[in-house]
Amino acid sequence: MSDHVPKDNPYQPHLARIVRILPQIPDHRLFQLRFEDEEVARNFKHRPGQFVELSVLGTGEAPISISSSPTRPGVLELCVRKVGRVTEALFRLPVDSLIGIRGPYGNGYPVEEMEGHNLLLVAGGLGMAPLRSLLWYAMDNRSKFKDIILMYGARVPGDMLFKYELLGLLDQPDITCLLTVDRDDTGRWPAHIGVVPKLFDKVELDPKTTIAAVCGPPVMYKFVLQKLLERNFSKDHILMSLERKMKCGVGKCGHCAIGYKYTCLDGPIFTYWDVINLPEVV
Amino acid sequence: MKIVTLSKSNLLPFLEASRSFGELHAPLKRGEKSCAFAKVEDLADIQVGCLRTILPPKKYFMPPEQTMFAFSPQGYVPVNEEEGKRYVLFGLHPCDIHGIKILDLVFSGKYTDTYYFERRKHVAIIGLDCIPDQHCFCNSMGTYFTEDGFDLFLSDIGDRYMVMVGTSLGDDMVNASHHLFGEVDERAKEEFKRRSNARREHFAVDVETWGLPEIFDLEYESDLWKDAGDKCLSCGACSMVCPTCYCYDVLDILELNAQQGARKRRWDSCLFKDYALVAGGHNFRKERSSRVKNRFFHKQRGFVAEYGRPACTGCGRCIEACPADINIIELITKLRSETHV
Repeated sequence: MSDHVPKDNPYQPHLARIVRILPQIPDHRLFQLRFEDEEVARNFKHRPGQFVELSVLGTGEAPISISSSPTRPGVLELCVRKVGRVTEALFRLPVDSLIGIRGPYGNGYPVEEMEGHNLLLVAGGLGMAPLRSLLWYAMDNRSKFKDIILMYGARVPGDMLFKYELLGLLDQPDITCLLTVDRDDTGRWPAHIGVVPKLFDKVELDPKTTIAAVCGPPVMYKFVLQKLLERNFSKDHILMSLERKMKCGVGKCGHCAIGYKYTCLDGPIFTYWDVINLPEVV
Repeated sequence: MKIVTLSKSNLLPFLEASRSFGELHAPLKRGEKSCAFAKVEDLADIQVGCLRTILPPKKYFMPPEQTMFAFSPQGYVPVNEEEGKRYVLFGLHPCDIHGIKILDLVFSGKYTDTYYFERRKHVAIIGLDCIPDQHCFCNSMGTYFTEDGFDLFLSDIGDRYMVMVGTSLGDDMVNASHHLFGEVDERAKEEFKRRSNARREHFAVDVETWGLPEIFDLEYESDLWKDAGDKCLSCGACSMVCPTCYCYDVLDILELNAQQGARKRRWDSCLFKDYALVAGGHNFRKERSSRVKNRFFHKQRGFVAEYGRPACTGCGRCIEACPADINIIELITKLRSETHV
């Protein structure tokens, strides 16, 4: 019997190479990664909304949501904000550096259950990072969904993640893309001005056939939830993504426990019904 | 289950023989009143009457600090600190065995914690029954007896022990010293039953646990949590001594060349201030009262929802270890009475 740590050790990261770094907005970069081991790359299958644990050797690990869609395999994309020890170390690494990745973890969006419905994606700030995975998943499986509506807000045009990619959706016939900024400091902003909840006045929503996926800062949730509830959305048709220190990612280290649930195993995607029954959600 | 007897005068010869199954560890004297599980050199040092060791046996399966793997710029290298070293652990009371069973639940599942089970499978467990003191409430938590989770379990029946053989390994241990063991006779049976019934009378407390999860929900905003938070020192002693606390922190330790190093994990506590701190500076539990509440809530409410039983064995270690005299029995009793008012 081998006493070495078995191959299926869930804590051991796989090496991945940074193949491209796409600066997004200040302190936000999109990292494109490829696993070094071909078998690992082949076996890596995720669903939108899941996250990985990213290791920078010698600094530690941090949970990062996956921004790329499983419909576009090969390159794993992580949109990262420089906000803590690990992400600061990551931002110091040049292209071609090796980092560690393990996962994917978490429940992800219940995409099979979402099929056949209208999708309403509501994002604010970095909340677009996990929702981008769902957005492109839905667009690449367009026939499986009815109407797709994206609402995304940033403070100013220069703060909008994936800006050019999303601007390209403005005149696409198979999606209603509503982009907004709190204020336009460029004078050339082609879309809406105002906070995200205001976008609700621009669209017709049928709560019976629509599932909403909301991801953004706490302040946005409050007003977006109000709009959804005003329109009679059922609480389990509203999907939210929660943030916690998901250190191990596999339900052992305890850090991400919220009341009855582990964010890393039971989440990070929760229905609003789950969330209102959990203590200490925000 | 196979059941045999072992005369008390044969206990030490048996433990001596058990060394061929692994390094023998048992409760040894530490302070004037304290005992700790440690390596046995001299069998005479074993504290057979020890009730509650300072740390529970979780330290053998989940060491306070443990290397997960080493790393270099080329990647990750598995390390094994103990190379499959075998242990025989003697003197675990039923609550401690239940503690291990709870950790088994946590560390198994969809993602199996390989480090925990690598150690777990190399440890033979010999349980021993006990007489409770004023801090024990295992009777309330349903951990007063155990039917499994041991290789051998010894129950005091006067001049002998009744020995339950729980596993194939336990059977091997008995067979290796078969001349020391005897048959179960009528006198042994009667004495076992008499003592089993009599043990219940030794408990000073009986905490009602029915409906406890609902009571924790109902009393989520109770001032009792604030009172406990005002007393708590956030020292984390309750978590360190708890047989079911499993939280850990992970840290990368670099060597001086800043190239190689090791990823380690070590015991953490949800009472520590930075436990729920996320990058960016938001702390989900920055108040002490919310941290104290979270700990008890997770044990008596959250764990029940997740695993169908509380993550508490009623061992009383948290009560004994708390420098601020926070007492879970008192807290539960008060929460229950608040609900009933």
